[in-house]
Amino acid sequence: MRLLKTGRWITGVGLALLAAVYVRALAFTPVERFQGPAQKIFYIHVPAAWSAMLAMGLVGIAGILFLLLKDPRFDRFGEASAEVGTAFSMVMLTTGPIWAKPIWGTWWTWDARLTLTLFLFLLFLGYLLLRGAVTDPGLRARYSAVLGICGLVLLPFIHLSVYFFRTLHPQPIVLKPSAPSLPGPMLVTLLFSFLVFTVLYVGFVTQRYALSLLREQAEPHA
Amino acid sequence: MADVWRHAWLLARKDLLVEFRSRTAILSALVFTVLVLMVFNFGRDPTAVAAVDLAPSILWVTFTFAAMLALNRAFQLELENQALDGLLLAPVSRSSIYLGKLMANLVFVATVEAVGLPLFALFFNVPILHVLGPLLGVIALATVGFVAVGTLFSAMTARTRFAELLLPVLLLPFMIPPLIWAVLATGALLAGRPLSEAAGWLRLLAAFDIVFVTLAFVLFPATVNE
Repeated sequence: MRLLKTGRWITGVGLALLAAVYVRALAFTPVERFQGPAQKIFYIHVPAAWSAMLAMGLVGIAGILFLLLKDPRFDRFGEASAEVGTAFSMVMLTTGPIWAKPIWGTWWTWDARLTLTLFLFLLFLGYLLLRGAVTDPGLRARYSAVLGICGLVLLPFIHLSVYFFRTLHPQPIVLKPSAPSLPGPMLVTLLFSFLVFTVLYVGFVTQRYALSLLREQAEPHA
Repeated sequence: MADVWRHAWLLARKDLLVEFRSRTAILSALVFTVLVLMVFNFGRDPTAVAAVDLAPSILWVTFTFAAMLALNRAFQLELENQALDGLLLAPVSRSSIYLGKLMANLVFVATVEAVGLPLFALFFNVPILHVLGPLLGVIALATVGFVAVGTLFSAMTARTRFAELLLPVLLLPFMIPPLIWAVLATGALLAGRPLSEAAGWLRLLAAFDIVFVTLAFVLFPATVNE
């Protein structure tokens, strides 16, 4: 099937580029003065978080479009995006503590952004559990669209509620009103990694989407 | 719009009547509330942790669990003899069904809370009378938020496998933000702080209620069969 092949190609390119990110981050990007080599994980952690957020946003938007247009393609996309988002959340939630232990001295803290990402992960899991629990495809599509939209609306509220707590997490350094406060080579590596993680997201979702399609063709009533 | 409210009220009345005649669910929920409060009493070391420090958490964890129990039954009730299909065939709008369920659930949860709150004050020796007005306001705002989302989700989970387990898994992430604000507001009130300190949390609770009641109202028709 062509879509599956396309997905594989995009993923392949993404993985090759990911190797390039590692090489660039480890060998061609200067070591941060205060954090030392531990800071290198930042080039994986932040882009993974970006992809997970992107995935949740698109699950919500796919939900809205599905309820408006009743097109099964949006449902398939939502499913694919949620699964891929779960994987990226896992990357984010494992790389974070690995960095936090040497830098903060603790694996986990109930900090604003950590709580938010944990919520994100639990929302993905809830979404996938709901999909697994409903057998009728039409019902499943509508239920997951509703849950996806609710999740999208919930995120700003979680952000608000955790915003009031004092934060340990580094503040935004790229997406902020003033100019990025990252030295040139580090910024280039980070932006490159953002691009690579977006490519990986597209690759994974395309493959997953194609698999749902194949599955529907193989068992039309499942 | 007048019709929507009238139908909603009729539906809520039907649910409450069923509840009142059988009394199984409400009694179980009340006994459950008492038991959770007791578990909390034995789950802390009274010499190390003062009751008042733990009080807001005790109150809200108890209410969260009790609300969950109440929400699980809202649509389970309609599964018997395909009552839901009958409801959907009736010439009432889907929105009235949601509003009716929401009202019935609110009455149900409020009843449990009305019994739970005095018991909580009694068991943990927490003086609540001097802040009763604002405290009831916090409870009302948080409950509306919980129950609005919970009613929507219970319509979905009722027709799945493991409904009793799936509802908490889906609902708890949505309950935690109002729970955080309610606990903070309750803590401020019980500690005798001025009301203005809790005002920020109350505003957040109100915003959550407005957004999620509206959202659930709009999304509910998508959860019931065409």
